[in-house]
Amino acid sequence: MERLYDLAEVFRSKNAGPLHITLDLLFSDESTYRRVADSEALTPGVVSELYEMAPEEVKIVHFDAANAIKITMPRKGPTSGAPGDRDVYGAQQHGPLLGLMIP
Amino acid sequence: MDELRVLSVCGNLGYGFPKASLDNGLARHPHIMGADNGSTDAGPYYLGSGDQLTKREQIRRDLGFSLAAARKKKIPYIIGSAGTAGGNPHVDSVLDTMRELSKRDGHRFKLAVIRSEMDKEFVKRAVREKRTRTLGKLPELTEEMVNESVRIVGQMGLEPFMTALEGGAEVVLAGRSCDTAIYTSYAAMRGYDLGLAFHMAKIIECGAQCALPIGANDCILGTLREDHFELEPMNEGMRVTPNSVAAHMMYEQPDPYLFYEPEGMIDLKDSEFEQLGERRVRVSGSRFVQAQTPTIKIEGVRLRGYRTIAVAGMTDPRLLASLDEVEANVKNTVADMVRGTLSPEDYELRFIFYGRDGVMGRPAADESAAPREVGVVMEAIAGDQTTANAVLSLTRSTFLHAGFEGRKATAGNLAFPFSPSDFEGGPVYEFHIYHLVELEDAAAPFEVEFAQVG
Repeated sequence: MERLYDLAEVFRSKNAGPLHITLDLLFSDESTYRRVADSEALTPGVVSELYEMAPEEVKIVHFDAANAIKITMPRKGPTSGAPGDRDVYGAQQHGPLLGLMIP
Repeated sequence: MDELRVLSVCGNLGYGFPKASLDNGLARHPHIMGADNGSTDAGPYYLGSGDQLTKREQIRRDLGFSLAAARKKKIPYIIGSAGTAGGNPHVDSVLDTMRELSKRDGHRFKLAVIRSEMDKEFVKRAVREKRTRTLGKLPELTEEMVNESVRIVGQMGLEPFMTALEGGAEVVLAGRSCDTAIYTSYAAMRGYDLGLAFHMAKIIECGAQCALPIGANDCILGTLREDHFELEPMNEGMRVTPNSVAAHMMYEQPDPYLFYEPEGMIDLKDSEFEQLGERRVRVSGSRFVQAQTPTIKIEGVRLRGYRTIAVAGMTDPRLLASLDEVEANVKNTVADMVRGTLSPEDYELRFIFYGRDGVMGRPAADESAAPREVGVVMEAIAGDQTTANAVLSLTRSTFLHAGFEGRKATAGNLAFPFSPSDFEGGPVYEFHIYHLVELEDAAAPFEVEFAQVG
């Protein structure tokens, strides 16, 4: 088992417009990508639990051409930069996923 | 024309780009140049206030070089989403800098200005005719939401740009724009495949961000042909690879296999990426699927009040263990003190505890690692700046001396890094409109005005 954070070469989050957060996981080679993509560890159910939202709100896309996985979800709180928001650019929203263990 | 060479100056005009890269781009004899100048990424403040994220000095440098380049080559230069948010004050500010630079450098050209601020009556008619749609969890648009907005802009698509270019504009300065329209409009006029043209535009609108090494704001050349396009960074130290280009298709957008524009959808499921030499990539197979009814995205903000903040640090272990208790006490005390002057709905008070749960807003999973230091940001928002200042001042002094169970450091709870400790943040806005509007004529809200400069 290894942490998702240690397996990904790029592990980033960012706004996709002011209403959504999108996380990109880019892997340095196809075998690492396949290891994560084919494991049952990273599912909308798992992600939704970590981010405290409904599973149907989480969309996960596997992108073979870039050895990458994209996770998109709505912002939970206010819209980007509105009072009460803590991350205007959405650039530090990957924290809850870092420690996810991958077989 | 068997190929169209499109030079993207950079991903955000004002962030700076190497002059040498621009010169390399010019040496390739581009047919058209473009630059994006906006985004909603920096939040609602810019659309609301009319201010720009990139300052005038930054625009002066980047626009100075790039405008001179376009005029030297006598090629059209398109700038989209002027002044960060693309509203009238933003367009006017960049326009003013452009006139100043043109005078300085002796440029003469035909200019087209395309404004993107939406008339509220126009939007309300769309609401009444049920032609608006929410894009997420914001409520469906109502006339009241339109009325309370400070400013609304629409993202223009291809047509206004094509009108400007067909009218002979040598420089186009546009308000809020679809980033892709900046680079696709000329290709559309020349009859190039829209799937490829849009896909290329979607990549080069970020400048050389798809290139390696990652991170620099730089120039890139897109060469569009009948059945493919090629990408080549204009910085000789950078290269693109099939992987870097494909990876870029994920950036800041929800789905790497498709994206939507006012005119339709671009399907990338069959796109192929092929390495050419060491520094170039060829892309083919991207397809355009026309929409039945064109839609544009509109963005609007409302004023939420005025902000004042203070920043401080804390180290006392018992204090750090009692932050929830202290926060509740401070909020209650402040409410008591202002009673009779302010009611609870007249102000907002927030505490962000950095080092504890400042970013994610809840305790970290590993609570065994108790922080040695925690930073607090105290934030007050009220209907005017004076009230926000007063509420924050009261909050700060209450927090400084707040008691809690077992307190030992009785002289003060906060280490302030600055004197004065309180900072006015000015007006605070909120995106409350981020909706789609269906239009018979997607160009209707965007008037193209021509003018001679110089």
